Amino acid sequence: MMEDLSNYPLELTGDNVPMVRFLKVTKRYGDLVVLDQLDLDVAEGEMVTIIGPSGSGKTTVLRMLMTLETINEGVIYVDGKPLTHMEKNGKLVPADRKYLRKARSQIGMCFQHFNLFPHMTALENCMEGPVQVLGMKKAEARERAEELLELVGMSDKRDQHPSRLSGGQQQRVAIARALAMRPKVMLFDEVTSALDPEVIGEVTNVIRSLVEKHNLTMLMVTHQMGFAKDISDRVCFFFDGKIEEQGAPEDLFGNPQKERTQQFLSAVKEAD
Amino acid sequence: MSYIEFLKEYGPRFWDGTLVTAGQFFLASALAIVIALIAGLMKLSRNGLIRGIAVVYIEIFRGTSLLVQLYWIFFVLPLFGLTLPKFTAGFVAVGMNLGAYGAELVRGGIQSVPKGQWEAAYALSMSPMRRMWRIILPQAFVNMLPPWGNLLIELLKNTALVALISVSDLMFEAKQINGSTFLSAQTFGTALIIYYVFARFIVTPFMRWLELVMRRKLGRA
Ligand SMILES: Nc1ncnc2c1ncn2[C@@H]1O[C@H](COP(=O)(O)OP(=O)(O)O)[C@@H](O)[C@H]1O
Ligand SMILES: [Mg+2]
Repeated sequence: MMEDLSNYPLELTGDNVPMVRFLKVTKRYGDLVVLDQLDLDVAEGEMVTIIGPSGSGKTTVLRMLMTLETINEGVIYVDGKPLTHMEKNGKLVPADRKYLRKARSQIGMCFQHFNLFPHMTALENCMEGPVQVLGMKKAEARERAEELLELVGMSDKRDQHPSRLSGGQQQRVAIARALAMRPKVMLFDEVTSALDPEVIGEVTNVIRSLVEKHNLTMLMVTHQMGFAKDISDRVCFFFDGKIEEQGAPEDLFGNPQKERTQQFLSAVKEAD
Repeated sequence: MSYIEFLKEYGPRFWDGTLVTAGQFFLASALAIVIALIAGLMKLSRNGLIRGIAVVYIEIFRGTSLLVQLYWIFFVLPLFGLTLPKFTAGFVAVGMNLGAYGAELVRGGIQSVPKGQWEAAYALSMSPMRRMWRIILPQAFVNMLPPWGNLLIELLKNTALVALISVSDLMFEAKQINGSTFLSAQTFGTALIIYYVFARFIVTPFMRWLELVMRRKLGRA
C-alpha cells in the first residue's frame, strides 16, 4: 500500500530552510523499527554529531541520508527539495533511480572502513567521481584532486594505492574523495573507529579543519566524546531510534537532562 | 623408424594440427569469456526474466555433454537452416560450453567484491553501469583469474573433441597419422606432449603473468 504523503510539502520554503530535514522518518527491517518517526533538522554550515549506544540507529540515519537504505515512512529533504521522493503530478512519490542519482550527489559520505577503490591510486580515487559522474575534464579533475589531497595532507602519497597506505592515510584520502564531488552535506560514520589510536588524530584534525575553514554542513557519528564536544555545534543523543536528548555540546555533556543520557555518558566515561 | 625420423616425417603435420588447435583455443576462449561475462551479469540481474534466461543457458550447457552439443551445432542446426563451417562449429561449441562454466566464475567474482565497494561507488552517484565497469569488474577480475586459469586449460583439452567433426586440429592429425603408420605410442605420445606443453608452458604462465600484472595494478603485489 502506498503511503499517503499529502501532508508533506513538495518543497520547503521560507526564511529558515534547513540544509537537511528528516520529517517523520521511519525505517524498519521486518518487524524491527530502527528509526521511529524521526524529526531532525541540520542547518546550513552546521556540524551535528550523533552519539548513542550501539544499535540505536545512528548509522541508519546517515545511510538513509545517503539513500543507501530505502525509507518506509516520512520524507527527507535536502536544501529544501525532497531527497527520497520526487514530485509527480503535484504529489510526492518515491524517487526513481535517476532522481536518486542526481539527488544524492549533494551528499558525500565517509565510511568506517574507508572503502577506497583498491585498483586506483589515491589521486585516481579522488578523480573518479568528478570525471565519471560530473563529466569533468581529466586535467581539471586532477587539479581539484591534488588540491584536496593537499588539504588532507596526503599530497606526497597521491600515486600510492590504498594497500600501501595506513588506515589513517586511507581515511584522509576517502575524505578528499568525497569532497571532490563538492557535496553540500558531508556524512562521517565512525570514521576513526577502525583506526589505531595513534593515527586517530590525523583524521580528526582534518575534520576539525573542515569545520573551521569551510562552511560545510556535516553530520557525524562518533564514539569520541571529547572530539564531539570540541567541534560540534549540536549533539544528538540517540536511543532506540529516537533522539532522546539534543543540545549544544557544553549542555549535553555538561548537564544532561535525561536519565538515559546521563547513564550513557557515565558508562562511556568509565570505559575511557 | 626412430622417433627422430618419425618427427622429421610427421612433424609438419603435427605443427599444422597444433596451429589449428591454437586457433580453436583462442577463439573458443574469447567466446567463452564474452559469454561468461554476459551470462554472469545476467544471472545477477534484478529482472527475473533476464536471470531466468541465464539460468537456462547455464543449465543446458553445463548439464549436457560437450560432444552432444558439438554434434548439435554441426549436424542438427543445419536442419534449421543454420549451417556453420566445421572450424566455426568447433570453437563455437567449445566456447559456449565453457562460457557456461565461466558464467559462474564471473558471478562469484562479482559477489566476492566487498559490499563497501558498491556503497562507496553508489555514494559517488555512479550509475549502475559505471559502478560495475569501473569499480566492481576490475576487482572481480583479479579474484577470478586463478579459477579462469584452470577453466582455460580445461577448454584447451576439450578442443580435442572438434576432431570428431573433422576439424583438422592436433587430435585429428594424430588420428590420421596413426591410421597410416600404426605407430600409436609415438603418435599419441607426441600429441600428449604438445597438449601438455601448450597448457603448462603457455597458458599457465600467461595466466600467472596476468595475475601478477593485475595484482600490481591493485597495489597488492
Ligand atoms: N540491513 C539490516 N537488516 C536488518 N537489521 C539491520 C540492518 N541494518 C541495521 N539493522 C539493525 O538496525 C539497528 C540499528 O542499526 P545501526 O543504525 O547500524 O545502529 P548504530 O549505528 O547506532 O550502532 C540495529 O538493531 C541493527 O541490527
Ligand atoms: Mg553504527
